[in-house]
Amino acid sequence: MSILEVKNIHKSFGKTKVLQGVDFTMEQGEVLVILGSSGSGKTTLLRCLNFLETADKGKILVDGHLIFDADNKQKPTRAEIRERQLNFGLVFQSFNLFPQYSALENVTLAPKLLAKERADFKKNKAAIYDEIEKSAIALLDDVGLKDKMNNYPCELSGGQQQRVSIARAMAQDPKILFFDEPTSALDPELTGEVLKIIRSLAAEHKTMVIVTHEIEFARNVADKIVFMSEGVIVEQGAPEEVIDHPKQERTRAFLNKLSK
Amino acid sequence: MGRFNEVVLSLCDGFKVNCIIFVLTLAMAVPLGLIVTFGSMSNFKPLKWLSKTFVWIIRGTPLMLQLCVVLYAPGLLFDIPIRSRMTAVLIAFVINYAAYFSEIYRGGIESISRGQYEAGQVLGLTKTQVFFKVVLFQVIKRVIPAMGNEIITLVKDTSLARIVAVSEIIMCAERFTKQGLIWPLFSTGLFFLAFCGILTLLFGYIEKKLDYYKG
Ligand SMILES: Nc1ncnc2c1ncn2[C@@H]1O[C@H](COP(=O)(O)OP(=O)(O)OP(=O)(O)O)[C@@H](O)[C@H]1O
Ligand SMILES: [Mg+2]
Repeated sequence: MSILEVKNIHKSFGKTKVLQGVDFTMEQGEVLVILGSSGSGKTTLLRCLNFLETADKGKILVDGHLIFDADNKQKPTRAEIRERQLNFGLVFQSFNLFPQYSALENVTLAPKLLAKERADFKKNKAAIYDEIEKSAIALLDDVGLKDKMNNYPCELSGGQQQRVSIARAMAQDPKILFFDEPTSALDPELTGEVLKIIRSLAAEHKTMVIVTHEIEFARNVADKIVFMSEGVIVEQGAPEEVIDHPKQERTRAFLNKLSK
Repeated sequence: MGRFNEVVLSLCDGFKVNCIIFVLTLAMAVPLGLIVTFGSMSNFKPLKWLSKTFVWIIRGTPLMLQLCVVLYAPGLLFDIPIRSRMTAVLIAFVINYAAYFSEIYRGGIESISRGQYEAGQVLGLTKTQVFFKVVLFQVIKRVIPAMGNEIITLVKDTSLARIVAVSEIIMCAERFTKQGLIWPLFSTGLFFLAFCGILTLLFGYIEKKLDYYKG
């Protein structure tokens, strides 16, 4: 069974049709890279999948469970919203760390709030928090920032901030982790450290969807590449197929422009 | 010397009234302002319109006039006169300052980037948690300088209570002026200066405390 099935997603803003029927599926442990020119709807797609926007049409299934159906007009309950949100993690282009919290607190905030809903929270509060901190420190260690865990975001470089935000997204242990141009806001010499982290997650078979313009990175991290144009998927397949032997004219034009 | 003591005691008594107005107004206007903010930021049009009109009227008319309206309007319009002039003063001050505070809060809340809310949402936080755990503290940091300014204005505005014959410090001093003694009136300034000086230091301290992060 596919871990993610996206069916016929449509989204318009007023009169602008941004997504016009996006379909794809993903398997457990797969890394999907989305390519496409500016304005093709990549960010909008990720935002719809993460419920930051509500798609006008379409369905989203995780592990075969329907978690979103635009035709179902019934308002989801708070618990349902939270549950479906926790399937996914999202790493933003602009990090969006919480400035008043240290790196460690950024990572522990959501798990600690979530833990309050556990039945045994009152009884085991100290132990639960301790556990959360331990795994948060381990995550920060994974992204190479254990020694910066008590620093505030304003004291970190862009690359370090983005690594903290990856650790923060990982802390909720999402089934699928989404990245929207995770290195676009970074100075060129800082992109490497972030891409390295994503590569190591791929090596651990974390299921990921990555929007990026880094074509070489896409080639060696992706199991599957999706090329989007004007709100639809024009072409998809293995990196060698889509990047080296594109079938569609629009894909070729995009890759040509990128390599120039 | 007896005269001097008499003046000092009287001024202190008067300033006590200023302090009471100050503290009670602050305690009530700070939360009430937040409610008005939620109103004026609401998606429910009638509520938004009501809040905005309220803020427009309160900010668009003199506090002195509002004091008179609160004192006399209930008696004249509804035949239920306000017994205590102090109550009238407090009502007028709380309403007036809530309107100003609400605009400061609104500016602060609107200055927080959408990314902060979205980051909270994708981490599975509820809207309430996002507001109280993520946004509120950042708003507080951003509104502190403007609030400090407004609160220092409040200290001095308390002397407007004199308009409706609540015997605050300036009114007390004027009793001596009528007896040909002018220095008590002038020395009331020292009370205000000292109070505002302390507040300035306090706000400076708070700002410094909150300055542990940028942004
Ligand atoms: N909230 C919005 N309101 C109106 N139009 C929007 C909104 N968000 C996106 N759009 C429009 O949707 C189209 C697709 O935007 P989107 O951000 O998804 O593109 P993208 O593929 O991520 O581009 P880029 O590579 O530049 O990030 C653009 O034309 C944009 O102007
Ligand atoms: Mg984008």
